[in-house]
Amino acid sequence: MKPSRPVGITGYGAYVPRYRLAGQAVSELWTDGNAQPPVREKAVPGLDEDVATMSIEAARNAIARASYADPAFSPAELGAVWVGSESHPYAVKPTSTIVAEAIGATPYTQAADWQFACKAGTEAIQAAIGFVGSGMAAYALAIGMDAAQGRPGDALEYTAGAGGAAFVIGPAERALVEIEGSVSYVTDTPDFWRRQYEKYPEHAGRFTGEPAYFHHIIASVTALLRQMNLSARDFAYAVFHQPNVKFPLKVGEELGFTREQLRPGLLVNDIGNTYAGSSVIGLTAILDIAQPGDRILLASFGSGAGSDAFCLRVRKTVAAKDVWTTQEYVQRRTPIDYAQYSRMKGNYKLN
Amino acid sequence: MEVARFWRTIGQRYRLIGEVCPNCGKRIFPPRDVCPACEQEARTPFAFSGKGEVYSYSTIHVPPEGFEKFAPYVVALVRLAEGPLVTAQLTDVDEDEIYIGMPVEMVTRVLREDGERGMLVYGYKFRPARPVRGDAPKSAAELARVPEPAVNPVAEAKQAAMQAVMA
Repeated sequence: MKPSRPVGITGYGAYVPRYRLAGQAVSELWTDGNAQPPVREKAVPGLDEDVATMSIEAARNAIARASYADPAFSPAELGAVWVGSESHPYAVKPTSTIVAEAIGATPYTQAADWQFACKAGTEAIQAAIGFVGSGMAAYALAIGMDAAQGRPGDALEYTAGAGGAAFVIGPAERALVEIEGSVSYVTDTPDFWRRQYEKYPEHAGRFTGEPAYFHHIIASVTALLRQMNLSARDFAYAVFHQPNVKFPLKVGEELGFTREQLRPGLLVNDIGNTYAGSSVIGLTAILDIAQPGDRILLASFGSGAGSDAFCLRVRKTVAAKDVWTTQEYVQRRTPIDYAQYSRMKGNYKLN
Repeated sequence: MEVARFWRTIGQRYRLIGEVCPNCGKRIFPPRDVCPACEQEARTPFAFSGKGEVYSYSTIHVPPEGFEKFAPYVVALVRLAEGPLVTAQLTDVDEDEIYIGMPVEMVTRVLREDGERGMLVYGYKFRPARPVRGDAPKSAAELARVPEPAVNPVAEAKQAAMQAVMA
């Protein structure tokens, strides 16, 4: 898919909370250390953090970079503030209005929360491409952010992390990165869900692999490469949804990408699976090091199920020395034990 | 917290929107519509940079209602780079790392929640400032230096007279 006028990413920003829980701590509590953790550690939000506060910080970073790339840009020009997540703080009341207010985008703007499991963030990017590409807005802000849930002792508890990224989508001629094309591929595949009023999600075990993650990503990326008449060799970097370390490496290999192309965007071993923020925060780590001319492939996966694939080309870079890089957030780490983690998750009833 | 009371102050809570006095240039936070230095009307909005440094701090072990889950936590007086002194929680920092003069930056965080069914209250807190890339860490004052507001001799004389009376 291509919009009628070219669009791109004019600013990007990431956020990861500082706390880390080792996979080994989960394994020791629930399996006497017998289970092999799928990631080394995961990021955990502090007591005063949620998807709204994390989105605000990522959005401020994205706006700061957009202002360097285009000095005329101001948050008041954002025609949309869209937050994709599966852990919005309120069941009813938008996260996006909180974010829009905190960054100074209110009141003449579109604001909405998006939901499509782990691809809610890229879904917001797709919509922003259409919004800007059609001329309805000069700029739109798309965010993928999560403070993920996993039932204590479940396989998800090892990886359910926190973090994500924000993107200012705007005219390609002012952008850092041009969005050359995109594909969305969805089917009704019930591999993972959370019912209304339930605290933890359910998943269909191994069914989340072949018919869900692998099928949808391979389908979206194959269609995109065909549409763009490109192959894996044409890309400097690629980043896929990262529920664990194994899946993105395997899908990358099946699609013909090398580990060198994947490594800079593969953050899951350090911050866990950040759900709607997972593929997009990997993209920000790549953008921090990419050079003009580099092509980047981004492919999300959301349970339920679908995948959005994007072909991106770097136009220019900005120094933005005063803005946090993604690796600075990843390396800012404070290890916590399982008891502290339980407290931060609100598992203790105080009164 | 009462919803209307919170809602009226969202600008200052989320974004540190204060005021600047059009007469003497003083930056005012929280906004109060009258300049505390020259006593003239001051309604021009001014967005603070969020940079500042710790002026003093104290650890709260016995929290007031609504803050129990955060205890122990640190409350600081933060001197904003533009001048005003604000009271706020410090976050993302261990108590033994804090010192008077520590450069800090504003973040928007959850301040409290009104029980399980009530509103979530968001607002400013401060955390250790990010070191400047490629340089030695700079103090907050250097990072966000703004020109000193023009001094108003009449207001200063008034302030001095008032202090003399109070002393």
